[in-house]
Amino acid sequence: MSSDLRWKFILIAAIILICIFGIVGLPEFPTSAKQLKENLADRIKLGLDLKGGSHLVLQVQVDEAIGQRCDETIDALSKQLHEKNVNVGEIRRADDTHILVRNIDPATSATFRDIVSNQFQDWSMSPAPGEQNGYLLTMKPSVVADIRRNTMDQSLDTITRRINALGLTEPTIAFTGRGDNEILVQLPGEADPTRAKSVIQATGQLALNLVVDEQTYPSEAAALAAHGGVLPPGTEIVPGKASAQSGQPAQTVYYILNRAPIVTGQDLRSESISPSSSFPGQYQVDFKLSTAAASRFGPFTEANIGHRMAIVLNHQAYSAPTINGRIDDSGMIESFSQEAAQDLVLVLRAGALPASIKYLEERTVGPSLGADSIRQGVRASIASLVVVMIFLVVYYRQSGVNAVVALILNLIILIAFMAYAGAVLTLPGIAGVILTIGMGVDSNVLVFERIREELRNGKAPASAVALGFDRAFLTIIDTHVTTIVSAIFLFLFGTGPVRGFAVTLVIGLLANVFTSIYVSRAIFDYHLAHKERQAELSI
Amino acid sequence: MEFFKGVNVDWMGKAKYFVTLSVVLLTVGWVSILKNGGLRYGIDFRGGTLVYVRFAGSPPIDQIRKGLQSAGLANSTIQSISDIGNPESQRDVVIGLEQQGTGDESLDAGKNAILAVLHKTFGTDTSGKQDFNSITPSALADYLTTKDPLNLGTNAGDRYKELAQRLTDARDKDHGGIVTSFDELKNGPSVTQPVLNALTSGFSLGNFTIRNVEIVGPKVGAQLRRQAVLATLYALLGMLVYIAFRFEWIYGAAAVIAVFHDVLITLGFFSLFHYEISLTVIAALLTLVGYSMNDTIVIFDRVRENLRLMRREPFPAIVNKSINQTLSRTILTSGLTFLTVVVLYLMGGEVLRAFAFAMVVGVVVGTYSSFGIAAPIVVVWNKYRGQGAAISAGSAAEKRVAAAARR
Repeated sequence: MSSDLRWKFILIAAIILICIFGIVGLPEFPTSAKQLKENLADRIKLGLDLKGGSHLVLQVQVDEAIGQRCDETIDALSKQLHEKNVNVGEIRRADDTHILVRNIDPATSATFRDIVSNQFQDWSMSPAPGEQNGYLLTMKPSVVADIRRNTMDQSLDTITRRINALGLTEPTIAFTGRGDNEILVQLPGEADPTRAKSVIQATGQLALNLVVDEQTYPSEAAALAAHGGVLPPGTEIVPGKASAQSGQPAQTVYYILNRAPIVTGQDLRSESISPSSSFPGQYQVDFKLSTAAASRFGPFTEANIGHRMAIVLNHQAYSAPTINGRIDDSGMIESFSQEAAQDLVLVLRAGALPASIKYLEERTVGPSLGADSIRQGVRASIASLVVVMIFLVVYYRQSGVNAVVALILNLIILIAFMAYAGAVLTLPGIAGVILTIGMGVDSNVLVFERIREELRNGKAPASAVALGFDRAFLTIIDTHVTTIVSAIFLFLFGTGPVRGFAVTLVIGLLANVFTSIYVSRAIFDYHLAHKERQAELSI
Repeated sequence: MEFFKGVNVDWMGKAKYFVTLSVVLLTVGWVSILKNGGLRYGIDFRGGTLVYVRFAGSPPIDQIRKGLQSAGLANSTIQSISDIGNPESQRDVVIGLEQQGTGDESLDAGKNAILAVLHKTFGTDTSGKQDFNSITPSALADYLTTKDPLNLGTNAGDRYKELAQRLTDARDKDHGGIVTSFDELKNGPSVTQPVLNALTSGFSLGNFTIRNVEIVGPKVGAQLRRQAVLATLYALLGMLVYIAFRFEWIYGAAAVIAVFHDVLITLGFFSLFHYEISLTVIAALLTLVGYSMNDTIVIFDRVRENLRLMRREPFPAIVNKSINQTLSRTILTSGLTFLTVVVLYLMGGEVLRAFAFAMVVGVVVGTYSSFGIAAPIVVVWNKYRGQGAAISAGSAAEKRVAAAARR
């Protein structure tokens, strides 16, 4: 064997070893069949469609967070204007990013402009179209982009904390990269995502608000009518939790509350559940306030003894107990089933979502279907591989064996590459593997047919092999590059299953160029080196 | 062994037959598409709900339909699956529900409605016992730990976790997800009689199990559809640019027209055989684009080479010769690929069925479109450019091609 050829084989052997090591040799070198099996399961990561689980795509309603910033600005601006004695006819939200201020007293117009340009720098100001003495405030695009990004980051964090607290195995929580406000949640092995979904979706906004009007009302309209159609400034109507009293149908009552909360969920120090004292069989959630919040809360409750205070969760008043004395740092919400109470604690601990969430996609693959898919996919791959190999050996004899070796090596490299890169094998991925086999066959057939042609034209075996590989080389490169180009576009613009398919196809094709040109050629050269110059080639 | 030796067929003279065949296939397919009111989109592109259910016996389709109708889900569809590679699939049905309303209601409303119907119609157990066929490993482990049928004492959590995993694995992997009698679980270490007794007293055995649920919101469907079309068009454009760069623009155009023709014919077959277009099918369409492109490039490569060797021959003769020279490779590769995708079609399971179907059609159409459509386009273009005369060795186009070949 020439030294050139020897080096080729050493390189090929090294690559094979590295590949096999990548498939079964990690994380610990296997010493038993069991360990080998565990390593294999650990290295080949299966997609949800093969191992079963839930796949959720949700959309964060980012515009809500922007609208909320708009509302907060209106509150702050009204307060400032009031303090500086600027008289305006109306301040209202035109849409999520615009505030309309109308009928500003011309005498205080300059003060108004001063306040806005000095203290509200996130907003740009322009005269409102079609208004005299009116201004339109527009949230600056950079600020809108900031809010969007922060809202998405915060949502992802919160959802991650909540899912982790549920104790599910190996969840994936990531941006989808599809729309700029979508998050993907994958829960392997979770056959019923109902609970996870409600935990993710729970807003988790807790607030304690002072009850302004001791009276409760049967409807929003009734509450409004009782105040002559206009609510007292700084208040809002909040529905209570419908609770069925004995013998009576469930009824929702409405409270009028101070809009600014005394404390919120962010002020909580600890939460826990305990059996409810007033509702047997039910549970309550107890909470303690942080020191800073307690120092506000104590004096406040002392000053408001005899008044009622509503515990508002997700914009619903759960209860409105009367303040009987100074309360420093503890409170409770009731009443829930045990699981609901546990979930509420979890949500409160993980923090509130900055905006609400809508589900766009839900896919659940049961474990038995996943098992079937693996079995069928593997069976189909092996069956087609065997059919193809038998044909190659029958049709090309000795050279067919070369092709078979190249094909097997192609698959080993493909699987090893996926193991090293941590790529996930999905069902369309298995289809990609099968198509890689097809392309591998094509490359070999191209070369072999070309060699046969050269032999027919009277070339000696050695030069026929050399010419066959050289001539087929360009064709193989052209066909592979074209397919890789299309697979790359599939990966860039495709979603989910299409991507898994593109990944395996690209890796398989790259491996194929190596095996069908480099490895197969080396084997041919080896045979030629051991033959008489004019001996016939088995092809 | 050798199948094709010294073939000498005048392919360009027969191009009109291939074109006729294509026109017939296109017409039949697209008449079917128009008659059915457009392409049949799968859940990915249409939005809606699909619930795959497996029953213990053969599925009582009439009962399901009645149950759905009485629940006001008359617009639902019921489809049975029958998979040659998997006899158990005869117990499966797919219940589908179109997207309803504005999409403002909760996404899983349709799923919950279908599940409610199934439980109402087929839920046999009224004692409040949990259904073993839908229990998760962790819930089963909790139950076993509480009951402690093996008398392991207090610290037995891990043992029971392992046992629960084994029991659910046996259910899912050996019995296709549905157990009809607890005795079926007997074989296995530590599945003792007390364990079976504990299972029997604590669980019922439901008549059905949910295999798979897919819910896609309406906006997502439209978005995915747009994305799939974009991916396909960009992939075609990328190929066009690459081939134009490697050969000459007319070769790229001819190849792209040919594969576009393949995709159109395959879509027609989808309509004729009532398959739905899903994300996976898009992957299949792009794969067949790749394959057909391969075929075409192999022939064009040979044309490029022969143009250099046979300067005196007329262009159509060169193309004919190139096709004949590559014919055995074309037939072999296509034949083997065809075998592969047929195996996939028969054995790959329900999820890959439509994918394999697209490939089966695509491989056949893609193979003949290379010499029946793409090559004639280049020949006709050359004839039009050369006003019917043989392309002279000095023509600018040919020089460029020859130069490219030498690269």
